[in-house]
Amino acid sequence: MSMELDFEKPVIELRKKIDELKEVTKHADVDLRQEIEKLETRLQILEDEIYKNLKPWDRVQIARHPNRPTTLDYISCLFEDFFECHGDRLFGDDEAVVGGIAKFKGIPVTVIGHQRGKDTKENIRRNFGMPHPEGYRKALRLMYQAEKFNRPIICFIDTKGAYPGKAAEERGQSEAIARNLFEMSGLKVPIICIVIGEGGSGGALALGVGNYIYMLENSTYSVISPEGAASILWRDAALAKKAAESMKITAQDLMELGIIDGIIPEVKGGAHRDVKKQAELIEPVLLEALTSLSRLTGPELVKQRYEKYANIGSFSSLNG
Amino acid sequence: MLRDILHKGKKKYATIPLESQKAEVPEGIMTKCPNCKKIMFTKELEKNLKVCLHCSYHFQMGAKERLKSLLDENSFVELNENLISENPLNFPDYLEKLEKDREKAKINEAVVTGKGSISGYPVTIAVMDANFRMGSMGSVVGEKIKRLIEYAGTHSLPFIIFTASGGARMQEGVLSLMQMAKTSAALKKFSNDGGLIITVMTHPTTGGVSASFASLGDYNLAEPGALIGFAGRRIIEQTIREELPKDFQTAEFLLKHGQLDAVIPRHELKEKLTLLLDLHWTGGGKQ
Repeated sequence: MSMELDFEKPVIELRKKIDELKEVTKHADVDLRQEIEKLETRLQILEDEIYKNLKPWDRVQIARHPNRPTTLDYISCLFEDFFECHGDRLFGDDEAVVGGIAKFKGIPVTVIGHQRGKDTKENIRRNFGMPHPEGYRKALRLMYQAEKFNRPIICFIDTKGAYPGKAAEERGQSEAIARNLFEMSGLKVPIICIVIGEGGSGGALALGVGNYIYMLENSTYSVISPEGAASILWRDAALAKKAAESMKITAQDLMELGIIDGIIPEVKGGAHRDVKKQAELIEPVLLEALTSLSRLTGPELVKQRYEKYANIGSFSSLNG
Repeated sequence: MLRDILHKGKKKYATIPLESQKAEVPEGIMTKCPNCKKIMFTKELEKNLKVCLHCSYHFQMGAKERLKSLLDENSFVELNENLISENPLNFPDYLEKLEKDREKAKINEAVVTGKGSISGYPVTIAVMDANFRMGSMGSVVGEKIKRLIEYAGTHSLPFIIFTASGGARMQEGVLSLMQMAKTSAALKKFSNDGGLIITVMTHPTTGGVSASFASLGDYNLAEPGALIGFAGRRIIEQTIREELPKDFQTAEFLLKHGQLDAVIPRHELKEKLTLLLDLHWTGGGKQ
């Protein structure tokens, strides 16, 4: 199943033309090899041009691609012996968050992430990757467990946001998110966070207080969705494209704002083109982060994390 | 009765010099309660801590008024009052809007922070003000709160915060979002050292503020009728496609669902805060 995005149309059309020509040469007695070669070079140039100059809104489309790899995809590519743990021990098991223990290059780690579905049925089960409080509380339970056994924590961030529902409010969505921010900041083990798709507001941040934060090249991280921002700012959700530009939500923007520690490149066209290759691009970054954080003691890890967030902000003083 | 009040108001208006009166009650001589629709003298309403004389509806309170209503006279010392926001995202009109709010609300940002004493007990206190950018949290709000928590830690003082906020400030984008982590981390460190945290949620406390420091008190208190919640009512109704109960996301609703320690009417706040401070003063904590 190939789902093409708007900005890719010129590439797709050209590729189609090349395929047609190839088809023609098969059956007809004409030599179009030169022509095809020319077009293929042009395709190459066109692809490079488009994928190297992606606009924020193009990246939003890639980040939301239905086939974009999810937390479980990366878990199966990057880790061995994954043992999934369920439930928050208080209310239930929220399948919009997955978590458990696994080995990364032989090292036991705790891995947690938002989990959305790839089709309607799975999305309903996973609530479109939008957690309830019990999802965040499950995550926190697993983080405490990681601290107890001195395991590093790896979080994959991929959510439109915490679920805006009645039950979620009744069970304390705010408290659940706040508690995770509070407790994650004090954990004495390494925490590495990778935004793999959409990083939607507080619901994303609740798994995002780490020593190192990375973003995939085409992922986004924002305080509000472009649609939400557009409807508040200009009372028109159709202006989301404009909002995506002014809200500074791409990996490149966050790098510039000094919030994240690195951008992980994606395979050409987006991570959904090749999950395995994408995992191979994540692997060295993860390994390096784990290696460098393993040199820090518990209190040093807490201090490094504290200072990282304490320094985020832009302000000045009235009297100079 | 209503006519009496109106009549009285008219008479008073005619006998008092206009200019000085205007300066004292900029909102006008009479105020109508949005809840019971009854009209009362603004001065009397203010004397009653901005609680409706008829139905006990709690009007919003500005930061300076709040501090005056709680702290011992002349005890307040403001900290970091000169911090102001920049425009990190180059958002159109943002700086102008800030300037306008500085003039309107007569404060430099959406939170006023400082130290003072309540019934003799020294405290640090932060009060958010919904008159400034709807109390939204950008870099400055986050920074001032973080600095106050650190100050409270250094000086072994309790930390009290009155929240009133629409959430994270959109014009500073993801920088606003990160203030949630920054303030929560500061509270964690303070808490680990035995610091006392009291939060009082006032109308409205929503979004990123509700989902960070507002919910992290050792004691989470709220004023009656305050709107408190993570997601907006309209968004929830659109998502679940059903109408929500009338009391949804009120302080009373949160109390019922186990999210608050107590809902405390404004008239009792000072007394209850004093009680809590007293209970932690000797042997009950570091303070």
